[in-house]
Amino acid sequence: MKQRAVCLILCLVVFLTALPMPAAAAEEQVLYVYNWGEYISDGSDGSIDVIAEFEATHPGVRVDYQTYATNEEMYAKIVSGSAEYDVLIPSDYMVGKLIEEDRLAPLNFENIENYRYIDESFRGLEYDPENKYSVPYTWGTVGIIYNKTKVTEPVESWDILWDANYAGQILMFNNPRDAFGIALKNLGYSQNTTDPEQLAEATEVLKEQKWIVQAYVMDEIFPKMTNGEAALAPYYAGDAITMIEDNPDLAFAVPKEGTNRFVDAMVIPKTSKNKELAEEFINFMLNPEIAAANISYIGYSTPMTAARELLDDELKDNPISYPDESILEKCDTFVNLDEETNDYMQNAWIEVLAFGENDVGAIVCLIVETSAIIALAVFLIIKKRKNR
Amino acid sequence: MKGKRSMALPYVVWSIAFVVIPLLLVVYFAFTDKNGAFTFDNLSKIVHYLPIFAKSINLALIATIISFLIGYPLAYCIARSRTHVQRNLILLVMLPMWMNFLLRTYGWMTLLENEGIINKLLGMIGLGPFEMINTQGAVVLGMVYNYLPFMVLPLYSILVKIDRSVIEAAQDLGANRFQVLCKVLFPLSMPGIVSGVTMVFVPSVSTFIISRMLGGGGNMLIGDLIETQFLGGSYNPYLGSALSLVLMVVMLLIMTVMNAFDEDDMEGMLV
Repeated sequence: MKQRAVCLILCLVVFLTALPMPAAAAEEQVLYVYNWGEYISDGSDGSIDVIAEFEATHPGVRVDYQTYATNEEMYAKIVSGSAEYDVLIPSDYMVGKLIEEDRLAPLNFENIENYRYIDESFRGLEYDPENKYSVPYTWGTVGIIYNKTKVTEPVESWDILWDANYAGQILMFNNPRDAFGIALKNLGYSQNTTDPEQLAEATEVLKEQKWIVQAYVMDEIFPKMTNGEAALAPYYAGDAITMIEDNPDLAFAVPKEGTNRFVDAMVIPKTSKNKELAEEFINFMLNPEIAAANISYIGYSTPMTAARELLDDELKDNPISYPDESILEKCDTFVNLDEETNDYMQNAWIEVLAFGENDVGAIVCLIVETSAIIALAVFLIIKKRKNR
Repeated sequence: MKGKRSMALPYVVWSIAFVVIPLLLVVYFAFTDKNGAFTFDNLSKIVHYLPIFAKSINLALIATIISFLIGYPLAYCIARSRTHVQRNLILLVMLPMWMNFLLRTYGWMTLLENEGIINKLLGMIGLGPFEMINTQGAVVLGMVYNYLPFMVLPLYSILVKIDRSVIEAAQDLGANRFQVLCKVLFPLSMPGIVSGVTMVFVPSVSTFIISRMLGGGGNMLIGDLIETQFLGGSYNPYLGSALSLVLMVVMLLIMTVMNAFDEDDMEGMLV
């Protein structure tokens, strides 16, 4: 009997560990916010803690703040339905995808009166043309960050990422959309192209580039460039400012062919159980003072002139954050690609990364190894039988 | 007897909920398409990825062999030292595992980089710089470093049980060192070799973070490919599951061959 009781208890424990933690105090409202990592002012280095500020002005509200590293990671979590969030901050094309799949709730702009501060040029963007679902959070451009001690010529074009003189000194994005964006822009095409021929051309160009690329990385570009590990890399303007502060040898240039202008926007998923509070949060983030404090911490560009005015002079007129209109004209903002194009790009990217000249060699090698192991096994078994 | 069996119940419940059902889901996804219809498409697509499978298995095999060549003599030395020394030495082998796996691999990044510590030290004596990071060699190094303790521990626990007198007897009968190793030690320690090899090979072949961090992204392995299917831009759990299923079958085959080495009940000879 005793044994059975112990057993039962252990079973119960196993099940309980699988259950979600019981909700905290019943009166407390919880707002689930899901944002990029390192993408909000959190109170470190003397900045203001935006989340704490929101909680202070909204008694009885607790913000459960979680982060992700890529849009796709966020998407996988939303689709699997394993978690429910109230506010998400994905990038442009992902907002478009979520709208297309009918996963977002239309915003009630009466609750978001601070929306009036958003600049005209950031309203009704391609990914949300009617401006029903999203409010821009930050924006920026992708450019080339380079080390002036290693690159003495002026950096003006994406071409330099294909320059064999810098073989082994170039880092490249490890993400199909960004990598293809660069290749397509360099070929003079739109980053949102769905033309298979243009995409095939870009694939070839990316394969040609492989042998001079030191590594395909994302966030590691930051430490690798500041440590002087590589000479050239594409990266985001907002982080470039921080990198140049860390290592004054670095410089940033937006190529003349144009580039990707990304916009990250706040949205509310349909599954949100606390939509009004979520709208209040969005409204709070659009308060120019809060937005300015947030922007000066994260370093990206703000879509609100009112907030930009409040920034330090150094940041306010920084050409890295706020490039010339003539450059911006040549930039594309990613839109959500149709499934076919997206699949094509993914597969082509795997081909670029995974396949090399020694593929046949690898297979031959495997066959030799397998036969050697099997031969050894058979030999040992036969020997044992004989011994018996 | 019945009472003893019920002691396993907690684990049975656990494994049904978190092992068996997920595995069935993997099989289900592997044979369905986006609309939930039955299909062989996912599995037939895998032929296309054969070179990636080959590369992963090759690197994992090399890592396993190196781990064995390093691990076996070490395990033997530890097993032959005095008891209290043994305990400390095993502790030292385990020590790196107390630190987070990612952190350790990240450490290798800073060591191996072109501007990294090793190249800087070599530079002082006028050597280098050597290109070490972002190569297949670096990936193998990462595997050996991270999984070596899994090789040493099972080998140690079997070698420590081998009676010293068995070896002395072999020597008395005129066996030289090589013969002692091949005819006495290896056969007696076969169960430990099999479990050590398994425990290094299996995680090596399916790793994805080591190849990303030390291989520079251009050395995509099967683990990376599976990860891309779930967290990459084309959310495709169907292909991802098919790849995982094939990987599991490959490992199962390899394990079957491995177990052939361990056929005899040699444990009867252990004291």
